[in-house]
Amino acid sequence: MQVTTKVTERTTSGASGGTVSVLGFTGDISSASKDGILGAYHRLEGAASKILLDFTGVDYINSSGIAIIIQMLLEAGKTGTQSIGIFGLSPHFQKVFTMVGINKYAALHKDEAAALAAL
Amino acid sequence: MSTAASVAAMKGFSADRIEDLKTAVAEACINAIEHGNRLNQSLSVGVLLSTTDDELEVKVIDDGAGVHATPRTVDIDRKMHGEEDPRGMGMFLIQALVDEAEWHQGPPGKSFVRLVIRLDKENQ
Repeated sequence: MQVTTKVTERTTSGASGGTVSVLGFTGDISSASKDGILGAYHRLEGAASKILLDFTGVDYINSSGIAIIIQMLLEAGKTGTQSIGIFGLSPHFQKVFTMVGINKYAALHKDEAAALAAL
Repeated sequence: MSTAASVAAMKGFSADRIEDLKTAVAEACINAIEHGNRLNQSLSVGVLLSTTDDELEVKVIDDGAGVHATPRTVDIDRKMHGEEDPRGMGMFLIQALVDEAEWHQGPPGKSFVRLVIRLDKENQ
């Protein structure tokens, strides 16, 4: 299957002044995105306690793509020190993420400013 | 998916409902390819659209034996604790996003999922 997700990594500052790692996704997120997304997350591991996932550039996410995000949240939960927030989802995918309960484990924010203010 | 969205737009469905339909149809097609046709590239998936005055019906047909399971509610806690596969949400999403979803079993080429969205839900 063709990989159609581009993943970028950058850092910024949260409201409390700490460093926040931002993983930005562009394109579609499906099962083919697993290595790209989890690979980027694994490169952060240990070096980042606050992580934001930026979906602003994402056009489409299927259930296999959502499962990749759940896998990441599961791994972050196991560290006991990492917190992950999400921003930039379209209203439709905010609804879908809420339907499956992701919002219980990662706060959903409208945009980056709101997400950073919450950290 | 785009054709279903275009037909829904022509029928007057809201953008929100069209997004719901697009996701449901995409999930149905993925299930048909992965589970129905078992990733056999020589097999096709059929998508039939039909409309009445107040509803849009989409049938997604594959060459499998049909779905025996019923959609399960997603238990995010079990997934987050590694007690169940993070995947396996397709049928749940389909049922949650459309007004009616039915899985029919049949011989090859006759198994399908039927999705319906209704205009009368628009104002509820």
